[in-house]
Amino acid sequence: MPAVFLAVFFVYPAGAILWRGLFSEGFGPMSDLFASSRTRGVLWFTVWQALASTAITLVAALPAAAVVTRLRGRRRHWVRGLVTVPFVLPTVVVAGAFEGVFDRFGLEDGGFRLRHTVWAILLAHVFFNYAVVVRIVGSFWSGLDHRLEEQARVLGAGPIRTFRAVTLPRLRPAIASACTIVFLFSFTSFGVVLLLGGPRRATLETEIYRQAVTRGDLRSAAGLALVQLLAVLALIAAATRLERRRPARTGVAHSPPEPLPRSFVWANLAVMAVLLGSPIAVLVERSVSVGDGYGLDHYRALTERVPQLPATAATALGNSLVFATVATALALAVGTLAALVVVHGRSGLRHVFDLGLTLPLGTSAVTIGFGILIALDEPPLDLRTSWWIVPIAHALVGTPFVVRTMVPVLRRIDPQIREAAAVLGASPGRVRRLIDLPIAGRGMLVGAGFAFAVSLGEFGATSFLPRRPETLTAPLALYRLLSTPGELLRGQAMALAVVLMVLVALAVVAIEASRGSVRGADAVWESL
Amino acid sequence: MTRPNFFNLPKGLTARVLGAIGIVAVAALIATACGNDDGNADTPTADTPTSIGEATGDTPTSIGGTADTPTADTPTGDTPSGDTGDTPTDTEDTGDTQTGDTEDTADTSAEGTASESEPLADPAGITLLTHDSFALSDETLAAFTNETGIEVTLLQVGDAGQMISEAILTAGNPLGDVMFGVDNTFLARALNAELFEPYESPNLADVPDEFKLDAQHRVTPIDYGDVCVNYWTDALETDPPTALEDLTAPQFADQLVVQNPETSSPGLAFLLATIAGTDDWEQFWADLADNGVAVTAGWGDAYYGEFIAGGGKRPMVVSYASSPPAEVIYADPPVDAAPTEVLVDSCFRQIEFAGVLAGTDHPVEAQALIDFMLTPTFQDDVPLNMFVFPVADSATLPQVFVDHAQIAEDPLFIDPAEIEVNRDEWTDRWVEIVLG
Repeated sequence: MPAVFLAVFFVYPAGAILWRGLFSEGFGPMSDLFASSRTRGVLWFTVWQALASTAITLVAALPAAAVVTRLRGRRRHWVRGLVTVPFVLPTVVVAGAFEGVFDRFGLEDGGFRLRHTVWAILLAHVFFNYAVVVRIVGSFWSGLDHRLEEQARVLGAGPIRTFRAVTLPRLRPAIASACTIVFLFSFTSFGVVLLLGGPRRATLETEIYRQAVTRGDLRSAAGLALVQLLAVLALIAAATRLERRRPARTGVAHSPPEPLPRSFVWANLAVMAVLLGSPIAVLVERSVSVGDGYGLDHYRALTERVPQLPATAATALGNSLVFATVATALALAVGTLAALVVVHGRSGLRHVFDLGLTLPLGTSAVTIGFGILIALDEPPLDLRTSWWIVPIAHALVGTPFVVRTMVPVLRRIDPQIREAAAVLGASPGRVRRLIDLPIAGRGMLVGAGFAFAVSLGEFGATSFLPRRPETLTAPLALYRLLSTPGELLRGQAMALAVVLMVLVALAVVAIEASRGSVRGADAVWESL
Repeated sequence: MTRPNFFNLPKGLTARVLGAIGIVAVAALIATACGNDDGNADTPTADTPTSIGEATGDTPTSIGGTADTPTADTPTGDTPSGDTGDTPTDTEDTGDTQTGDTEDTADTSAEGTASESEPLADPAGITLLTHDSFALSDETLAAFTNETGIEVTLLQVGDAGQMISEAILTAGNPLGDVMFGVDNTFLARALNAELFEPYESPNLADVPDEFKLDAQHRVTPIDYGDVCVNYWTDALETDPPTALEDLTAPQFADQLVVQNPETSSPGLAFLLATIAGTDDWEQFWADLADNGVAVTAGWGDAYYGEFIAGGGKRPMVVSYASSPPAEVIYADPPVDAAPTEVLVDSCFRQIEFAGVLAGTDHPVEAQALIDFMLTPTFQDDVPLNMFVFPVADSATLPQVFVDHAQIAEDPLFIDPAEIEVNRDEWTDRWVEIVLG
């Protein structure tokens, strides 16, 4: 089933558009495109900014993951929910919020200029991707058996040595997973580069858009899209290799990890508050400033129709929730099955799934959007104007999250446990149901939370898909509100952004809280 | 965890369906109250042309997403098609008068023009492909359905650039029957790709010749908007600029923000304005760059980022002639005078066109929609929804536009074919000069 999903909604459309772009006008040499220094410069910048973004995000978020791992109960849910908030924020809003922060602290005047520099791009990528590392590594971490660390400490290793020699190697699969996603997000980032990087900066993604849409040069666009695809493929191949190498096998955590020094915990929460909290605070402040004072008028206005929108902003929020729910269900179904195949399937099939299902995350919105238009245009698959095409496109982006969060967790399951179950007479299906899924459940829910958040905030691919006006999504509504001048519209857009943030935080908390049922399964397994 | 999700969907759906049914019922009541003698608005629907029913209830879409469609289309759609459906041929006249009656009396002049196109006995539903900026009052397209029995389904896609690219990609198997929203800066690309079938609307008589850019009538002008430099009057320390060349003067150093013409439609229009409006546009931009012009990727981050309206520091921005009235309508707290004004000398005219997409199965219905777009019903509705100006002479501008919008009498302009040939070269040159 995952294979069919991938083939129909990704391989076929992407293949069709690349084929059309590269070969429909005859197969000529593309050397002019690749020889140009501009293209090479763009490729180089795309790769290094993505690598730098990944590295900085990892350094910034890994300590936070350690903190989140040690939080318990509700507090953990809330912190995890909050770090996911940036996912649904449109770049244009975040850019404005960051500027508001700099303005407030007078950073712009002091000769400290962030706008239109590489640093702005990197900072925004860290802001958006912080949650990826915190949640994927964090959830994996809390599932580790901490007795090894205790033993190391007893044997005289200091905390840093213990982390380096004992914890880090065991975290590697999850770190590789998280890094793959952060890299792909930064690699294909569009709005951040255009809005924060300034007009001089271009990445492969913005170049593909420029060639395909602004210039109408499908051939160059397809050439660049092919380069993008190959680069992404190479990266994923390298990363999944890292992820697979000697996974540490442990069951479920038996004892709580050693508590961290208070100063470390507070330092991390402070970083989180500044990095994530301050732009969010600016947004909230803008959403409640009415005229010369404060009030909730902008929130009330969300239920009234403005001419710029074909439906009220509240309706758009409802649409987005329905889309996100359907997309998450799709991504979960496809992703879970795929993750099982990746870990337990035949070796050839494994690699195909591993690479293939991560690929959509690293593919240009132009490729996916245009591809769907020209490929799925005839019965029985005339889906280009169907309602379903939006959640399907969202699920395409959400599935990699489910796969990447589940695979490391599934891999560390001790094969002896599965063998024991099989010896005791459990069928393969029963083993899967009673052992794999409960243990991987945590990863699955983290992935589901991401899939939901990604769908709720998705803008790029959605804008390429022809939509009925009534199926307006919240991010599209937000952009529409910000496309006519006027304080009232701007205030309403800010209110809409805040509601989106609250919704995604609530959704992530709710999804993670539904682990109750999973815990029950844990107990069943333990009594085995 | 998937289970609650699956429950959510049908629940929302039921609520929407119930809501839609309720609205249809209310609409039916209103129709009856307005003297619709047929009374029972529901029965005729059974023998109305099936295509109308299908157009709204299109199978996959109705599953959850378009649940709102009925609110806009069905109520009005059902009642009139019931009228014509009953006696398809000989009640045409009564049908017309009836729609005239139920409509706003202010719009009667509209029917005068529109009803000349013959009502179709068995009209098919059509799809209008347009960009995300398209907006109308709910009643407007409903009025069209009222008059003609033609259901219109809207399909929106990104911006005008994305829409044209997609129309070119899907040529031969078009996404819709009519496309609205190609403007003169990209018109030639659409025409060269042979996207449209020629159609000369009789209502073009109402449109000044300056808007008719295609002699073959493959596209029909619908609205226009000028891209001009806007300035925040109170924030200027000196007298406002009066000519394009003023912008390079020292007193306006570090005051202007423009958009990159490679990524922004108003950015491109302003570049074209300088090409048409200065003696040496390359020198002008070099001077502008020396004078500290700021460049953003799009309109949003210029207007709400660098420009003073969104908390930025620059008092001058490239925006639209309709921005000052918008600043009045959406002001908070309310204001009497617009805080911004436009530099009329810098205005470049963007004209938006509609056309019948080649390959449509319903050319007659598509042409009827083009006709309708030039009637006062449609034209009067354009300014306050899309913040552009109607092209028809008979259209009336809303008072807030009369009071606060300045329309350039002699706007800057370049022939679309010339734009198409030179666009890439000009923008490349611009990038070299301004971004270095």
